[in-house]
Amino acid sequence: MITLSVNGVAHDLDVPSDMPLLWALRDTLAMTGTKFGCGQALCGACTVQLDGTAVRSCQTSVGDAAGAEIVTIEGVNGKVAEAVQAAWRDLDVVQCGYCQSGQIMSAIALLSDNAKPTDDDIDAAMDGNICRCGTYQRIRAAIHDAAGKLA
Amino acid sequence: MLRTDLPVNPLIPRPATRGASRRDFLKGAATVGGAFVLATFVPLGRGPLAQEAAASGPPAGIFEPNVFLKIAPDSTVTVLIKHFEMGQGITTGLTTLVAEELDADWGQMRYEMAPANPALYANLFFGTYMGTGGSTSTANSWTQMRKVGAAARAMLVAAAAKEWNVPAGEITVAKGTLSHPSGKTATFGDLAGAAMAEAVPADPAVKTPDQWTLIGTRLPRLDSFAKTNGTAVYGLDIRRPGMLVAVIRRPDRFGGTVKSFDATAAKAIAGVVDVVQIPTGVAVIAKDTWSAMKGREALTVEWDDAKAETRSTDAIFASYREELKKTGLPADTRGDAAAGIAGAAKTTTAEFTFPYLAHAPMEPMNGVIQLTDEGAEIWSGSQFPSIDLYVTSAVLGIKPEQVKINILISGGSFGRRAVPNADWTFELAAVAKAVGRKDPVQLVWTREDDIKGGYYRPMFLHAVEAGVTADGKIAGWRHKVIGKSIMIGTALEQMVVHDGVDDTSVEGVKNSPYKIPHFAVEAYNPASEVPVLWWRSVGNTHTAQVMETMMDELATMAGRDAVEFRLELLSEHPRMADVLKLAAEKGDWGKPMPAGKGRGIAVHESFGTRVAMVAEVTVDGADIKVDRIVAAVDCGIAVNPDIIAAQVEGSVGFALSSVLRNAITLTDGIVDQSNFDGFEPTRMSEMPVVEVHIAKVDAPPSGIGEPAVPLLAPAIGNAVFQATGKRLRSLPFDLGTVG
Repeated sequence: MITLSVNGVAHDLDVPSDMPLLWALRDTLAMTGTKFGCGQALCGACTVQLDGTAVRSCQTSVGDAAGAEIVTIEGVNGKVAEAVQAAWRDLDVVQCGYCQSGQIMSAIALLSDNAKPTDDDIDAAMDGNICRCGTYQRIRAAIHDAAGKLA
Repeated sequence: MLRTDLPVNPLIPRPATRGASRRDFLKGAATVGGAFVLATFVPLGRGPLAQEAAASGPPAGIFEPNVFLKIAPDSTVTVLIKHFEMGQGITTGLTTLVAEELDADWGQMRYEMAPANPALYANLFFGTYMGTGGSTSTANSWTQMRKVGAAARAMLVAAAAKEWNVPAGEITVAKGTLSHPSGKTATFGDLAGAAMAEAVPADPAVKTPDQWTLIGTRLPRLDSFAKTNGTAVYGLDIRRPGMLVAVIRRPDRFGGTVKSFDATAAKAIAGVVDVVQIPTGVAVIAKDTWSAMKGREALTVEWDDAKAETRSTDAIFASYREELKKTGLPADTRGDAAAGIAGAAKTTTAEFTFPYLAHAPMEPMNGVIQLTDEGAEIWSGSQFPSIDLYVTSAVLGIKPEQVKINILISGGSFGRRAVPNADWTFELAAVAKAVGRKDPVQLVWTREDDIKGGYYRPMFLHAVEAGVTADGKIAGWRHKVIGKSIMIGTALEQMVVHDGVDDTSVEGVKNSPYKIPHFAVEAYNPASEVPVLWWRSVGNTHTAQVMETMMDELATMAGRDAVEFRLELLSEHPRMADVLKLAAEKGDWGKPMPAGKGRGIAVHESFGTRVAMVAEVTVDGADIKVDRIVAAVDCGIAVNPDIIAAQVEGSVGFALSSVLRNAITLTDGIVDQSNFDGFEPTRMSEMPVVEVHIAKVDAPPSGIGEPAVPLLAPAIGNAVFQATGKRLRSLPFDLGTVG
């Protein structure tokens, strides 16, 4: 039995310790806001926070996540998260929306570390998150907008 | 008297006999409506309120709401969306059309995906088929959905007139409130029950453009909230009690089949419950996705490649070049191309190659199926429900009406979810049949399955010979197009294949709007086991690159400006000319660029929409950086300008990686790429600034999901030529291979 703390709630899971956190969240806990895109940490759709750091849950084993505070798109909150989600909605960033859980988790991590990111900072922080619909122009604008809301 | 203790029930029985008159049908609806006083159902079928399809009645035992619109006691208005939402914003767009005519407040509008029911929810451009594609969703629904809103509004007004004992003509409706000069007001919810008893108007008038308050404005998307907090439910997010997960081991080579397999090790993996053979491979069934994947890794399969594609990419292109020595099928013939070229002052020959491309939507293919006593129930991102219903029933040996499909939104498609043979729905049904139990089963494709799984944009090769006259006009143009037909051999063949020529192979060249007096297009249909499919903008993905690169090349050869050269040839296509001029003006056409930078332009029509695009690039060695894209679009009346802009921005982001690097290649028949490392979509740091200008026209809406995609490659290629003098033709662009 492995205990995971997800969005402030402890869950006892009867899963192998090498199971990726992604599948524990999606299959065992039925928390499907975190998405499967590539399984190889190439696309960022599965991004969650582990003790405040953005990680790819498809390459983080349940064993490694045990003991950490895991935050997913369903549970993320606070000023930065609210500003990011509001900016995403104000600018209608989403198209298919499938990658946006991961985009938002990465953007929150960026703005938590860097209150006023430059375009280069955004490139560096967000290049690991693929959006096949190509919403990057609006993601960039929304991050700047959220930074403005937080200032 | 309004009751509030009953839930809104969207199920409404219909008369059972086909051919029932409209009046009979409406009486039936109204009688039922009396029993469900909380809701107004406006049953409007195909055509101008045609009821024949609706009146045919639901198959026994299948749940089918036959409505486009519901009004709840709290005045929320729910529009049932007959088209597939894959990100293009159609849920917002169709809801806008209803809200406009209803004079609703945008805040009270909601949507639901309509279930798979072709009799009620056909694409009016696809005959009796329910399906989404070809950038037709807004265009085919334009009149239909406005009349749904107008009819419901008239029924609400009629109900208010009776209740208030005033003439209907004195009642106004605005932002969801009905008012009378006497001071009486009511909400939609107040009148929903009474309105249900009113007759549906036969042919309600719709507003004139000057009366619009919602169409043409920037309404926020209805799906932004759920897609930013993790609550939006995609097919892959379906969780059913007792659900099992299946992954499939497919052959390494297209056309390969299972010779034998050993499941011993796979079955030893914890969580694996079954291993079954299906026509396309071997399925591993487990209690969760991770266990299914581990089980598949442990599986040993021996393949029979006797009929498989075993060639490499280079060999396939070599076979194309050999085939072109023969005469092709005539696709478009004007004047005498050979004579025109013979009389030219200058001529050129050019070859363009295009690789296989994967769609790679972010949500891989998936679906959930459950066998039931009645038949089967599916939850999936079904883009072409008519085909999915048919294929599922054929696999399971039941009738289409015994299949219920719950349609989910999807994480992209770009064409991949609408397949003439319903490949992934076929597998879903085949797994259910092979497993033979009533537990729900979810089929999951991994990214590797997706990238290696075929159904690619076909490999194409174009060979063009053309020339200009001494006074700078096009003298003649001979054009050969070769690539595997998407449609030949499918259920949809008769729709688009004429005299052996698949229109989807030559669209964009055939019937080119350019006034070229001597023009000959020949088509060739080579065979291959590699399954091919439309990829966002279909044939235009390659034809626009050839046409617009050649136009640029011929303008240069004629010593003329690229815009002026095109405008002369578009004299009979003013809307094309107008977007070209708009893009040139907004895109600073003709202004000087610094060394190492270039500006290129292209114009193309597809799916009834005209788009012109200016690209600005910086070239450093073999590296191409796209700095800025300026697009001008004419897609008719702009229902939601912001969503149109988003589609064009997104088309640039989507297509850019196909211009710069993406290719699916084969080595001895085996796909060389497997994930986003070998087939890498555009990333944030590569995204250019995109500016979108929408032409103001008074014409019915056409599509915008696809038509901006074809422009990107030629605009960039022509810009690179301006910067370097090097002519890029084949995709993906590789400056290292061009002299």
